[in-house]
Amino acid sequence: MDAPHRAAFVRALLDPELPPPDGLAAPGGEVKRRFAVYRNNVLVSLIDALAARFPVTQRLVGEEFFRAAAALHLRAEPPPSRLLHEIGEGWPAFLERFEPAAGLPYLADLARLEAARSRAFHAADAAPLEAAALAALEPARLPDVRFRLHPSVQLVPSRWPIVSLWAAHLEAEPAAVEAALARVDPARGEDALVWRPGLEVLVRVLPAGALAFLGALAGGASLAEAVAASPPELDLAGALALLAGQGVARELILDEGTSHDP
Amino acid sequence: MATAALPARAGIGLKLAHAPALLAERPDLGFLEVHAENLMGAGGPPHAWMRALRERLPLSLHGVALSLGADAPLDRDHLGRLLALCRRYEPAAFSEHLAWSSHGPFYLNDLLPVAYDERTLARVADHIDQVQTVLGRRLLLENPSTYLRFQSSTLEETEFLGELVRRTGCGLLLDVTNVWVSATNHGFDGEAYLDRFPLGAVEEIHLAGAAPEAEMGGAPLLIDAHDRPVADPVWALYARVIARTGPLPTLIEWDNEVPVPARLVAEARRAEAAARAALVGANALAA
Repeated sequence: MDAPHRAAFVRALLDPELPPPDGLAAPGGEVKRRFAVYRNNVLVSLIDALAARFPVTQRLVGEEFFRAAAALHLRAEPPPSRLLHEIGEGWPAFLERFEPAAGLPYLADLARLEAARSRAFHAADAAPLEAAALAALEPARLPDVRFRLHPSVQLVPSRWPIVSLWAAHLEAEPAAVEAALARVDPARGEDALVWRPGLEVLVRVLPAGALAFLGALAGGASLAEAVAASPPELDLAGALALLAGQGVARELILDEGTSHDP
Repeated sequence: MATAALPARAGIGLKLAHAPALLAERPDLGFLEVHAENLMGAGGPPHAWMRALRERLPLSLHGVALSLGADAPLDRDHLGRLLALCRRYEPAAFSEHLAWSSHGPFYLNDLLPVAYDERTLARVADHIDQVQTVLGRRLLLENPSTYLRFQSSTLEETEFLGELVRRTGCGLLLDVTNVWVSATNHGFDGEAYLDRFPLGAVEEIHLAGAAPEAEMGGAPLLIDAHDRPVADPVWALYARVIARTGPLPTLIEWDNEVPVPARLVAEARRAEAAARAALVGANALAA
C-alpha cells in the first residue's frame, strides 16, 4: 500500500462522513460495514484512554457529554504519542475553547490537575529529601541553598477551587458529591501541588505565596532569591516543611564557593 | 543478554491492577505477558509492581505500538524505549504485530491491516531486521485479525508470514483466535490456514475471546474483542496446532471486561489441560 493510500485510509478512519478508501474487499461487498469496525476501534479505544486519564472530568460532565466532546477533540487532533498515559495533553486547552462547556469555566483547569496527576504517577522515582538535611544546615548558609525538586512535582495554578472540586467528585455516592460541592467556595482560587514522594500520588492546595516560591526554586533560584520572588504572604516555614520532610524536594545543593562557607 | 526461553506452559496477560493479588496469591503460572507501552513511563507503581513480579515469573514483553507495517521509518524513540525495557527486565520473549498503528505524527491505537504484496513484504522485513538489530534479540511476529482485504494483495497471509521468517529469521506468535476471527470474517477454512502456516517458527500462542457482531443479514463478522472466555472453535484449532508442534508457551489474553485474576488463572489451567489432551490424542493416533 502506497503512502497516498495510507493517507486516504487515515482520513476516512477519522472522518465518518468520508467513504472507505479504494482498493478494499470483503465478503458480500460489505466494505463499508467492515471499515466501520476499524473506525470504531480507533475512536473508541482513544476515547477510553482519554477517559482513563481524566476520570473526574468525565464524572463532572457525565459520560455522554465527555465521549461526544472527546470524539470531536480526538478526530481533530489525533494523539501525537504512542503512550496512552500521555493522551490528552491538548485536552484541557480544547475544553477551554469548547462552547458547550462554557458554563463550567473551571473544567479546563480540573483537566490540567488530572493530567498533572498522571504525569506524577509515571514520573521517575527518587528518594525524597529528609527534614533532617535542612535542620542540620548552619542558619547562615540557608539563604544560598538551592533545591532540586522531586521529579514528580507538578504545579497547577487556578483561579478556581480545582482541588476542592476534584476531591468532591471522588466521593462514591452522588449525595456525598453534592454535599462536598456545597462546601466549596466557588470564588476562591486554588493553586494545586501534585507530587509522588513514594508510590502514591498526593494532591494538595498550595499555601499562600508558595506557587511563586516553588516556581522560582524549580527554575534554579536560591532560597533567598525565591523568597524575594514571592509575595509577602508567603508562609516560609510551611513551604520549607513541604520541601524537606514531605518530599517536594529530592536534594539540597550548597555552592561551596560562596562567602557563607565557614 | 541471553535469557531462558518462555516455558511451554500457559501464562496470563498482566493488568497492573492485578499485581497486588498476583503477588499475594502466587498462582502457579508459566509466565506473565505485559504490554510494553504500559511500562514506558519513567517510574512509579507500574515499575514497582513489575520489578516484584519479574522476580517470581518469566516475562513476555508484548509491544502494541511499534507499527511494523507503517510506510514510514520506525520511530527511533520508541525503539529506544523498547531496548531500555529489554535491558531492564530481560524478558524471555519480545513480540509485536503484523500491522500499523501510526501515520505521520498520529498514533491511532488500533492494529490496522497491511496489503500482502512484495512492496509491503520488503518494507516489513526491513523493519523487523532493524528491530532485531537494535534489540539484539529475535522478534516474534503475531498474525493479525482482520476485517478487510486489499485487492492489491498477491500473497496469502501464511506465505507472507513464512517469507518474513525466511528473510529475517524472526519467530512467530500464532494467535489462534485471530485465525478464527479472520477465517470467519473472510470466509476461509481456519484448519486449512493452519495446515499452511509455518508452524516450525511458532514460539508462542495467543488465545482470547472474540465477539460476534449482530449480523443484520450480512456476512458473519467476529470482532477481536479480548473481552470473554476462549470459544470452542478456538480450543479445537489450538488442539490441532499443539498436536503438530508439541507444547508451546500459551497466553490467555483478556484485555476488556477483565475478570479477577483467579478467573484468568483458571483459563490458563484449561489451556494446559487442552494441550495435554491434544498430545495424548496425537500420540494415540501415532501409535
